[in-house]
Amino acid sequence: MEECKLQSKAEDIKKIINFSTEVRKNILEMAFEAGASSSHFGGALSIVEIISFLFSYKMKINKNNPQWEERDRFILSKGHACLAYYGALCEVGYIKKSKLKTFEKDNSDLLGHPVINRKLGIDFSNGSLGMGLSIGIGVAISLKKKKKLNDVFVVLGDGECNEGSVWEAAMAAPNLNLPNLYAIIDKNNFQQTGSNKEIMDTENLIKKWSSFGWDTIDVDGHNVEKIYDIFEKKKSSTKPKAIIANTIKGKGFSFSENNNDWHHAVLSKTLYEQAKKELI
Amino acid sequence: MIINERNIKVWSTIGSRATFGIATLELAKEIENLMVLTCDVSTSAGLDRYRKNYPDKYVDLGIAEQNMIGVAAGLSSEGYNVITTTFAPFQTIRCCEQIKVNIGYMRQKICMVGIASGLALGTLGFTHCCIEDVGILRTIPGIKIISPADSLETVKALEAAVKSEDSTYIRLTGSSNNPIVYKEDYKFEIGKSIQLKDGNDITIFSAGAMVFNSLEAAEKLEKNNISCRVVNMHTIKPVDFEAIEKACSSSKLIVSVEEHNVIGGLGSAIAEHKSKLVKSPKQLMIGVNDTYSKGGSYKFLQEKHGLTADKIVDNILNNFN
Repeated sequence: MEECKLQSKAEDIKKIINFSTEVRKNILEMAFEAGASSSHFGGALSIVEIISFLFSYKMKINKNNPQWEERDRFILSKGHACLAYYGALCEVGYIKKSKLKTFEKDNSDLLGHPVINRKLGIDFSNGSLGMGLSIGIGVAISLKKKKKLNDVFVVLGDGECNEGSVWEAAMAAPNLNLPNLYAIIDKNNFQQTGSNKEIMDTENLIKKWSSFGWDTIDVDGHNVEKIYDIFEKKKSSTKPKAIIANTIKGKGFSFSENNNDWHHAVLSKTLYEQAKKELI
Repeated sequence: MIINERNIKVWSTIGSRATFGIATLELAKEIENLMVLTCDVSTSAGLDRYRKNYPDKYVDLGIAEQNMIGVAAGLSSEGYNVITTTFAPFQTIRCCEQIKVNIGYMRQKICMVGIASGLALGTLGFTHCCIEDVGILRTIPGIKIISPADSLETVKALEAAVKSEDSTYIRLTGSSNNPIVYKEDYKFEIGKSIQLKDGNDITIFSAGAMVFNSLEAAEKLEKNNISCRVVNMHTIKPVDFEAIEKACSSSKLIVSVEEHNVIGGLGSAIAEHKSKLVKSPKQLMIGVNDTYSKGGSYKFLQEKHGLTADKIVDNILNNFN
């Protein structure tokens, strides 16, 4: 029995890793397609494993119906990381591969920040930082009132945690008793113009979120097995959950890892080709 | 809601905020998915009974307005019919970007109620007065703006907004002992202004508590042989184009009276449409002249900013040949 469980876990993890690779490929295609208009490359790559874990394994979704009433809810509060979001929605089957090529093009459904489009699986518009967690609270209250067992997952950035409104929401959620709410903080240690330390130190996010009343834990945000394990453990907690995911901005490509020039940059043909080789 | 002479008198005595609380209590009986969100102002908004009677339809988010709007959007997206309320400056300007993104851009349906807008809280200073809300919210696509003339109209506007598919900002002005404009029930429709008095020379458009003052001013002007039409422009967005066109084709002067900055509010909304007309008369904009004055009682501030009936009369006489 135990062996069977282990085998199934190994298969799950393999599936999530494969999904992550496909999401990275999609990110590359979109970033290259964006051309001179450039894209938020680094902060999308840092959430690839998190978003892949959610969309390929953790979240209850219906591949044939993005608007399925019984789905878990996802909110990308750090909306600029939408390359990873669109990449994942494509792998799920909600966005066609060919549509990814419209990224940031005129009149596109796929702009540089998510625009609500339930048919494509985009449940909310985001982009202005510090707003997603509040929406998540509203959704979590609704699901609880309707006695639905679904969860709400909100992905925030560590730079985003500079915003005061994040902490308004962080204070409210434990007061409202929302065990169905997850805040996943992508702690890649950078924000637009420098490191967190240089711009606004968000050090000790674990203490901060814990002291606000969240059940808080940190994890290597690129280690799929560890992400898998902490979510298994988290099931029993009655508080809202904060997961501090320690990540690398630009993760996956030698030229972009921990290089904040890739916060928002143009992917040249040469680097695109190099990146494709690095993925294999 | 039972609308009769007695209730109209009671609502007038308690003012628009407390009336809002009573109206909400009634709506909760009828609307299963109603949800009221506040920021630690339940007493000020007349919601004490509501809070006790409907704890499942009420969420207090503490003093955190930005979060309240986001939470409201989340609830709305899951099918709840949401009312948010707090003092007007905090309901609008404090969380303006959340309103833009969640209600405007994302089109989540919410009814926002800004209590004690205008100059009613003058003794507390201009942190609590609100002369900017209409101007700011008018620039956000997808939000209707209503400024009820009295307590009965507050009841009518709230019901209409909650039952509408569109997001609305209801701007409550006046204080307790709110003068009665409507002595009996009448037809209220969002976007359709109501002519309260006919006249040949001038059309006065007003909204909120200024409707009563405008009616008084019009009566006084009759003694100077100036005949005024008075129109309750309760909906400032979308403003009633037909009423403006009618006024421009038949009046020699258009007057707007508002308890708001003259920039961005009712007067501006009228002028924007008037500018499209080939022929239109001069417009006199009466309101707060883009300034933060010293504070004081509601009456004092109405005097200071030229919003009492007598001051409106003087201003009109100076501008009408």
